[in-house]
Amino acid sequence: MTTATEVVQGNATPHPGYASDQEVRWCPGCGDYSILKQMETVLKEQGKAKEDIVFISGIGCSSRFPYYLDTYGMHSIHGRAPAIVSGLRVIRPELSVWMITGDGDSLSIGGNHLIHLLRRNVDVNVLLFNNEIYGLTKGQYSPTSPEGSVTRSTPMGSVDHPFNPLALCKGADGSFLARAMDRDPKHLREILVRADAHRGTSLVEIYQNCNVFNDGAFEVFTEKANKPLHTLFVEHGKPLVFANGTKGIKLDGMTPVIVDLAEGASMDDLWIHDERDGFKASILVRLFDDQGHEGAMPRPFGVFFVSDRPTMETKLNAQVALAKEKKGVGNLDDLLSGGRTWTIG
Amino acid sequence: MTATLQPKIVEQRQNVVILFAGDSGDGIQLTGSQFTDNNAHFGNDVSTFPNFPAEIRAPQGTLAGVSGYQLQFGSVELFTPGDQCDVLVVMNAAALKANIGKLKQSGTIIANSDGFDAKNLKLAGYIDKDDPLTNGSLTNYSLHAIDITKMTRNALAETTLGMKEKDRCKNMFVLGFINWMYSRDLKNTELFLTSKFAKKPDVLDANRKALLAGYNYGDTSETFTTRFEVLPAPMPKGEYRSITGNQGAALGLIAAAQKAGLDLFYGSYPITPASDILHELSRHKNFGVKTFQAEDEIAAICSAIGASYGGGLGATASSGPGIALKGEAMGLAFMLEIPLVIINVQRGGPSTGLPTKTEQADLWQAVHGRNGEAPIPVLAASSPTDCFEVMYEAVRIAVEHMTPVIFLSDGYIANGAEPWRFPKAADLKPITPPFATPELATKNGPDGKFLPYERDANGVRPWAIPGMKDLQHRIGGIEKQDGTGNISYDPLNHEKMVRLRAEKVRKVVENVPPLDLANGVESGELLILGWGSTYGAIRTAVSALNDEGHQIGHLHLRYLFPFRQELEGILSRFKRVLIPEMNAGQLRQLIRAEYLVDAQGLNKIQGMPFTSEEIKAAALKFLKK
Repeated sequence: MTTATEVVQGNATPHPGYASDQEVRWCPGCGDYSILKQMETVLKEQGKAKEDIVFISGIGCSSRFPYYLDTYGMHSIHGRAPAIVSGLRVIRPELSVWMITGDGDSLSIGGNHLIHLLRRNVDVNVLLFNNEIYGLTKGQYSPTSPEGSVTRSTPMGSVDHPFNPLALCKGADGSFLARAMDRDPKHLREILVRADAHRGTSLVEIYQNCNVFNDGAFEVFTEKANKPLHTLFVEHGKPLVFANGTKGIKLDGMTPVIVDLAEGASMDDLWIHDERDGFKASILVRLFDDQGHEGAMPRPFGVFFVSDRPTMETKLNAQVALAKEKKGVGNLDDLLSGGRTWTIG
Repeated sequence: MTATLQPKIVEQRQNVVILFAGDSGDGIQLTGSQFTDNNAHFGNDVSTFPNFPAEIRAPQGTLAGVSGYQLQFGSVELFTPGDQCDVLVVMNAAALKANIGKLKQSGTIIANSDGFDAKNLKLAGYIDKDDPLTNGSLTNYSLHAIDITKMTRNALAETTLGMKEKDRCKNMFVLGFINWMYSRDLKNTELFLTSKFAKKPDVLDANRKALLAGYNYGDTSETFTTRFEVLPAPMPKGEYRSITGNQGAALGLIAAAQKAGLDLFYGSYPITPASDILHELSRHKNFGVKTFQAEDEIAAICSAIGASYGGGLGATASSGPGIALKGEAMGLAFMLEIPLVIINVQRGGPSTGLPTKTEQADLWQAVHGRNGEAPIPVLAASSPTDCFEVMYEAVRIAVEHMTPVIFLSDGYIANGAEPWRFPKAADLKPITPPFATPELATKNGPDGKFLPYERDANGVRPWAIPGMKDLQHRIGGIEKQDGTGNISYDPLNHEKMVRLRAEKVRKVVENVPPLDLANGVESGELLILGWGSTYGAIRTAVSALNDEGHQIGHLHLRYLFPFRQELEGILSRFKRVLIPEMNAGQLRQLIRAEYLVDAQGLNKIQGMPFTSEEIKAAALKFLKK
């Protein structure tokens, strides 16, 4: 496992090849640097042609991301990246498309577009940088901020109940759901590779520290001392084990229960993670306890759910192909005459 | 066919206006459009005005539920569906009450007497069941009350259809009768029915029977002694079809995309009266048309932006309320400098307004409705066939000038139909996308890098799309450095970019055909300046006034932003300028602001188009001042 010190802090070292010539302008220490670096590494390892890669983002700190990569990119408007991606994919299904968004961009102003992107299963890799705060507007609570969050717009604490992003995305029938964090680069890279390999909307929620407005929001999951007890890294076909192998989770009917392996619980009784099991995935995304509570379930990371279903653009373009096959490729003169004409003169 | 009992007289008419009216479930629109089709095929000029309520099935028998279809057909060139009707066909009491004011004195009423029972009279608000068909109130008209319901049922007695289905054939009885009255045969309608009900032979049979029964009723009834004949119009020679404005817009998009060699992507969210463009386009997938019914108006335009970014032709349509939602994305497309067509089929506003009625009150929204300095070319179509031409031009500008373009039409011409002497594909103007070439990867930047925002003589940037090698670049809505497109907050750069973008848009009208007067004199007492769907009414009025010896010119604007340079000169050749608009004076204010001309307005904001008489009367009053 990589330690936090391995993560590039401050100015990113540009990777020859996939980094653009633009100076990266996130705050020093921002979690975004790590995500950018892992992305560059993955692109470099994959070695895809730069011109066939497109990054589309919305608005927010994370959405500056496309400017820093030497691929095609568009920094669009707040919340609308999913819609732009949808049109792009229909016209250019052969491209590799990534969407960069944040918790405000995709779950607040763009919430509607995100759920429709997921149900349509447009083939795009969505990196949802979740820092549980509005950074670019300087520190208001976001739709993922815990209830009671004291921010510049909520001096007495926020009264809004937050979204559980992956549960929301599961509800919208997302076909690939995963969670990663900025402070675990190796795991993040693995997840990015998995997301890219999936055909359909790959939704990766990335816990990202905003060290200016919400520092330490995910400390309980990222700091060495807490991490084993509060995180659960799920892998397909393997039992749900955490706390350095001393604890596990089993299903008591539909209810997940923590069992103590050190005190005699059997590995055989544990919940075996199956990425293809949609019902179990619905329970897994609900492991979302406040870590301050006694007996809280650990927070899962990894690929929660994968299902293969055709993408919207595949089906749409198949209809176009079928229409051409059945009616023949359109003839403009026939279209203009419309078939029912009369002649004068 | 049954033998004629007594010889009928045939009278010739130059032009006839008929208004069919009934419940919104009575099949009025179909009756009207079929009769229109029949006349057009015969060689008449035709112009139509469908007018229906916003509710799909408003309460039966009420004034709110009245659907109407007005058409004018003639042996002369026509530009409007007519001011007053010669014939009013009403299926019930409410239809009569709602439309009697539109009938000429001594005009003909054909009424379905079954629609005037106590219940219908009450629903229509006739006091104390006072039946207008029998109380003598219609003596100034030629009234024919026919029990169309009963006669249709009788004609279909042998069929297996239920009573409700039989009654749905009433409109075919009416259509048959009207065809008899105007000496038209039933061939076209039968062809139409055969294709429409190919899979429902019993329904086809019933419709044909009702159609024939209506025709034969005219032939055999002794009430009707006169038939009419409207000879073909002296239309320019050529091959014609019938087309509505929304169809014209859809075909314009497809044709232009084909000529430009681009895949058409149409992102849209259903809204009246624009949805028919989506319906039409979705039927033509074999032309590579990709239609996307988005989750909302914002997603509709953004998906189109994504398609254009990918090298397709992105287009989106809506009406005023939806256009309001698209405003921010229009600004993005303007900043990205990519092709995009935004269609506004205007309806009565503000807010939800009058969804099925027409208005021209979104002109300011089109010209001004974005944050920041974001000038976007605005074009308006003046008739159903003009929708094709203007759409084609809108696409040409969008693609060749790398800019979003707004296309304005309205409910009146969107749903109205007229004969169209359609062009040959080969005769359509070529459209050349300014695609980036591989050489640009190293040639146009000072340090050997591609400059996505370097401009040509027209201020147009190269269109580099994903997949083009070594032309990778990043673009966005944030202000960009001249040339490179990189983020820049430099104050002088911002002003420079604002001016460069505006200059690019200004140049759009430099290379377009000369601006001609639509009709009338080149200079003189009065210029009537119009835009959009008021064309027909103004043209008819100006012709009539000039025939009476007046010196009036008619100029109709297609390019509403930017204005053409010649406009100022034309305005200066007339002593007075009158601007009729279906709004409170939006073009008038733009003209006054731009040219300091004391233009006066004729403004009608009733959800209904102008009649030519209204324009004429206003012009005469204005001339007397």
